[in-house]
Amino acid sequence: MKAEVPPIVRQIEALIDPLVDVPGATLPMLHAIQDGVGYVPDEAVPMIAERLNLSRAEVHGVVTFYHHYRRHAPGKHVVQICRAEACQSMGARQLEAHAKKALGCDYHETSADGSVTLEAVYCLGNCACAPAIRVNDEIVGRVTPARFDEVIAELKQEARA
Amino acid sequence: MSITVYVPCDSSALSLGAEKTAAAIAAEAARRGADIKLVRNGSRGLFWLEPMVEVETPAGRVAYGPVQPKDVPSLFEAGFLTGGKHALALGITEDIAYLKNQERLTAARIGLGDPLCLDTYAAHGGWQGLKNAVAMSGADVVKEVTESGLRGRGGAAFPTGIKWNTVLNTPGAQKYVVCNADEGDSGTFSDRMLMEGDPYTLVEGMTIAGVAVGATQGYIYLRSEYPHAFKTLKEAIRRAREAGWLGTNVAGSGKTFELEVRLGAGAYICGEETSLLESLEGKRGIVRFKPPLPAIEGLFGKPTVINNVISLCSVPVILAKGGKYYQDFGMGRSRGTLPFQLTGNLKRGGLVEKAFGLTLNQLLYDFGGGSASGRPIHAVQVGGPLGAYVPESQFDIPLDYEAYSKVNAMIGHGGLVAFDDTVDMAEQARYAMEFCAIESCGKCTPCRIGSTRGTEVMDKIIKGIDVEANIALMRSLCDTMLNGSLCALGGMAPYPVLSALNHFPEDFAVKREAAAA
Repeated sequence: MKAEVPPIVRQIEALIDPLVDVPGATLPMLHAIQDGVGYVPDEAVPMIAERLNLSRAEVHGVVTFYHHYRRHAPGKHVVQICRAEACQSMGARQLEAHAKKALGCDYHETSADGSVTLEAVYCLGNCACAPAIRVNDEIVGRVTPARFDEVIAELKQEARA
Repeated sequence: MSITVYVPCDSSALSLGAEKTAAAIAAEAARRGADIKLVRNGSRGLFWLEPMVEVETPAGRVAYGPVQPKDVPSLFEAGFLTGGKHALALGITEDIAYLKNQERLTAARIGLGDPLCLDTYAAHGGWQGLKNAVAMSGADVVKEVTESGLRGRGGAAFPTGIKWNTVLNTPGAQKYVVCNADEGDSGTFSDRMLMEGDPYTLVEGMTIAGVAVGATQGYIYLRSEYPHAFKTLKEAIRRAREAGWLGTNVAGSGKTFELEVRLGAGAYICGEETSLLESLEGKRGIVRFKPPLPAIEGLFGKPTVINNVISLCSVPVILAKGGKYYQDFGMGRSRGTLPFQLTGNLKRGGLVEKAFGLTLNQLLYDFGGGSASGRPIHAVQVGGPLGAYVPESQFDIPLDYEAYSKVNAMIGHGGLVAFDDTVDMAEQARYAMEFCAIESCGKCTPCRIGSTRGTEVMDKIIKGIDVEANIALMRSLCDTMLNGSLCALGGMAPYPVLSALNHFPEDFAVKREAAAA
């Protein structure tokens, strides 16, 4: 009897099968998976390898090379703090410290209530309105610690609603 | 007749609340029964005034800013739809000194209208360069670009015409044009502003490159940190193709050029051209040895033009007005203009496109208005995280590729990050090494190991441990990285470190020894 295909495998299949003929498909496939699933599950690696005639080691190498790809499910929202120089010049170092304390977690971690995953980012191209953060797909500029708390409060309220 | 009101949709404007401002204006207009047409334009690049709202009046466009939703009722009250007086009124947009004193060639169209509107693009001179290019031979197009004196705006400043000529003269059944839109340097956003605010200029520039060298496929490699630019580019490509500017009959020439935008995945190193090509091919972004040059063996081993966004966006005006026109701007071997980006601790941050040859003093004070904090500007990092920290004594050096390299600095992609005197230059030097360690691709030892050791040595210096010996060690390590690294990441990460050491020694030795004592 054939073992039942896990739903995650079906989901990944649906995301990557249309991309098989794209030249240099590894990154487009990984993006499709992360956008669809929220992260790159372990199941994805052999599936991509098989379709692109690569070794699993090669695909694993690609996934782990790029900062953007996550191997575990993130919190409900992803908040990235820019650590780069322009933001530093306007207080990003203090903002980082504040954010870690306020959320009770470090970079690449999720707040205890599961609402926010904190990530570092190196430039959001918002350098004239520093310090900058990214909340999911939105950029927020001139983020003081107080402004950061407001943004997080809004997210948490949304998460509860 | 309805009155046109502009509210930018640029990421930076959005980051300051432009979406809410636009909604408030629409709601207030509806409430008052005012007949307005709300256009979401690109940003003019005057970021301290964002969200900057403009109103079309018979006298010209009148600007107001920064406009928050709470200001909207009073703007209507003041009759801003007819250019009425208000505390936030800035006068005729084109007359704002910050804009008026610029020489916008590449960024000329940003902010004029809806970035995706093909009619707006054509009405402001769009497609003229491409129309000229399809009527010329590939060799003549390349000649025009060579004559313009355009050099790579990504940072390396290699002559664009020479690169194109190599691809043109390399036989190949398939050639590619790749746009490096992995604008990872802190303190830069000109690529982003162009892609979000005037995307057809990039489409046109790449298509001209394709037609010139005989490439039929183009890729824009865009960093994943630019979600708005991604959406705009995808839509721009779709519309341009539908209108016949892309596809199998470019501008009626019978030539083929297809374009696709691909997302990077958060690796700074992929701004290095060979690493970018590896990434586009679906691999780890590991730097390649050169030669072979990408112009000969580039993407998938085929001849490839790979240029930065600003380089490609400078091509349409060159083909529209001639290489000579562009060449007339600038100084020495730095021809044309560069969109400088004024960022960090400045009162008036934004985009300033000027011919080469002006000075930091002019940019920081005449345009930038000095520091945002009101304290003295102490250091300016020019050219991104691998650029030198320039001290005040060098603020009067003309911004020219050669003049900058003479003082071991670089203009790079034209980003300036200003720091006031609260900055600790030893911390900045440490960060340069830390950043290099985080982003190193790992292929060559000086960069992979050197950056980590560099961070450790800086930690010791900062803690005041054996400062003199560690500074000597740091200099020796920098020498190894400078001369032994495979690419510019490891090869230039020492610039911020050495410039900090050379120009701001007080932050390293004296204070540290005193702290430890």
